[in-house]
Amino acid sequence: MKHIATGIISAAILSIAATAASAATLDDVKARGTLKCGVNTGLAGFAAPNDKGEYSGFDVDYCRAVAAAIFNDPNKVEYTPTSAKDRFELLANGSIDLLARNSTWTLSRDSSLKFNFTGINYYDGQGFMINAKKIPGVNSALQLSGAAVCVQTGTTTELNLADYFKANNLQYNPVVFEKLEEVNAAYDSGRCDVYTTDQSGLYAIRLSLTAPDDHVVLPEIISKEPLGPLVRQGDDQWFDIVKWVGFALVDAEELGITQANVEEMKGSANPEIKRMLGGEANSKFGTDLGLSEDWVVNIVKGVGNYGEIFERNIGAGSPLKIARGLNALWTKGGIQYAPPIR
Amino acid sequence: MASVNAIKDDGDRTSLIYNPVVRGIVFQCVVFFGILALIYWFVQNTLDNLARAGRNISFGFLNERAGFDIGQALIPYSSDSTYTDALQVGLLNTLLVAAVGIVTATLVGFIVGIGRLSRNWLIRKICTVYVEVFRNIPPLLVIFFWYLGVLAILPQPRDSINLPFGSLLSNRGLSIPRPVWGEGAWLVGLAFVIAIAMAIFVARRASARQMATGQRLPVLWINLGLFVGLILLAMVVTGFPLSFDVPVLGAFQTSGGFAIGPEFLALYLSLSLYTASFIAEIVRAGIRGVGRGQSEAAHALGIRSGTTTRLVVIPQAMRIIVPPLTSQYLNLTKNSSLAIAVGYPDLVSVGGTILNKSGNSIQIVAIWMVVYLTISLLTSVFMNWFNTRVALVER
Repeated sequence: MKHIATGIISAAILSIAATAASAATLDDVKARGTLKCGVNTGLAGFAAPNDKGEYSGFDVDYCRAVAAAIFNDPNKVEYTPTSAKDRFELLANGSIDLLARNSTWTLSRDSSLKFNFTGINYYDGQGFMINAKKIPGVNSALQLSGAAVCVQTGTTTELNLADYFKANNLQYNPVVFEKLEEVNAAYDSGRCDVYTTDQSGLYAIRLSLTAPDDHVVLPEIISKEPLGPLVRQGDDQWFDIVKWVGFALVDAEELGITQANVEEMKGSANPEIKRMLGGEANSKFGTDLGLSEDWVVNIVKGVGNYGEIFERNIGAGSPLKIARGLNALWTKGGIQYAPPIR
Repeated sequence: MASVNAIKDDGDRTSLIYNPVVRGIVFQCVVFFGILALIYWFVQNTLDNLARAGRNISFGFLNERAGFDIGQALIPYSSDSTYTDALQVGLLNTLLVAAVGIVTATLVGFIVGIGRLSRNWLIRKICTVYVEVFRNIPPLLVIFFWYLGVLAILPQPRDSINLPFGSLLSNRGLSIPRPVWGEGAWLVGLAFVIAIAMAIFVARRASARQMATGQRLPVLWINLGLFVGLILLAMVVTGFPLSFDVPVLGAFQTSGGFAIGPEFLALYLSLSLYTASFIAEIVRAGIRGVGRGQSEAAHALGIRSGTTTRLVVIPQAMRIIVPPLTSQYLNLTKNSSLAIAVGYPDLVSVGGTILNKSGNSIQIVAIWMVVYLTISLLTSVFMNWFNTRVALVER
């Protein structure tokens, strides 16, 4: 129902609002005192409310990092839980300033939907999960002809699924839901044989099933799913800020700046570190962005660097235990690579 | 009118401002142009803001490739079809569940409604409990009850429950044998059509005869004989061109036969049973609304109880029943958009996918509104026509 309301509300906003909110998102955010961030309704490790009702996770930390850069306080975020279906409408109509919701960067989302992806915070690919107890002997997606496949609607996943089964001449029966929780419930109850979404998501969802050990993720990866935060087109300053907050997180990891050592790192003699943390004389990097000079210090103090965010939420330090893989730094065999701050 | 004339009489002395006729016209003009201006402002503002946001509202995107698959399609559909095709699939699914739901809800509603007036204590109480339970639960919960509470706990396909006639029931839905018509099957269809025509003819002749002579023919038995006889004859002549495609267990689900998905079943059962509880109350109110004297008079004339209900009470009750029944039919159709909760690919669900994929929210919402409005208006037109047929003819 929600997306209908969203559509109608946005139609209403468009018809009543005298002037559409334009350009300076940063000014709006500062005036409001909080950042409005769209996140997943609940995907363990990426964005999910904890037992106190506070959101936490990998994507949530991106919202927090942006808030830390602007307000020097990572808690000044208003979270809007978004479904796969209404997320883009909420961003397009200005209900949220930033969408950090494991969304895949595609051409059409960049061009026809008029968004800007600010970078890739997680390199992912679409995979399949099956209940090995119920359908034993299946170890490849190519054996899945005739299966009922649970999938979330309005996702690139839904389209890749159609393409993959068509390309391999396999039959399938799509069982489509709007919300992740509905897909989870349907798969868990045995309504479908297969669950398909991004592999990172599969690992997260597996933990929430009744018997996680019965389920296996099949080896096939059928798509490239570069996930990242995105903003509306047409506000280059805001685009730059969100983009460089992401780069700063990766650069901080590369230079060994952590939440614990950021204060002492300020005194580092390394010119690169000094420049990044705003210690260079007459430095204007932060103010040129529209932030303060110690913006990177605030970010790292607030949420840590990229590696810390990864480990804490989805990596070794979390129940998900996802390996860094492609998401390791470029210096460590991965492809996470950020332009320099200079 | 008298007062207007009275004021007009001394109209020469009063100014135009105090003239009620002029005033009326002026105020109506002001309101009319005010509303017109408001509409213009809304439309213009929407267009301005859309242009400023760089969003155009053309419907050209509907011819693009859809790219996604749909679980239940009544017309040929693949991911290579266009958005228009996808919307058609959704619309047909909406119409299917609404039509089947309306028929079932009406049948169940009438039975329960009449049951609440039964002289049998048990029947009366069962019907009351039914109405009170279903009328007081939100339809969404009823849908979830059927989907997650009943259909989801059925066994896996490989352990399907065997039902009569080779039907299989599992958590993937109900698979029933599909009739396969062989060569010469058209003759059977022709026999069916001829049987209908002859049945109508017989019924007309019988009532004409009753009017003329007062004698009644056993119309029901004659017609039943006509149907069975003609169709059997056609079958024998063509050598029984009918076989059944019985569902069998496959690797993942049943194959063959005609499969009815659990999403459709959940939605269909919930909407019919939910709406039936309201229809039951409408039927009960309609029957109660017919004066007791009517049936007493019929009894006094020696008309039997069943005939009294059929020929005296129900025709008069119908004119009370039909108008609110229309609202229930509209409600059922609109409630079918709750399909999205269980993933039944109706118009709203498919439209939502397109909305998300193409980003054309305003166009999709407009299509939804126009389609539901059209369906509702057509239903209303039909029911109004039906209502004039059953309405009390005042002489």
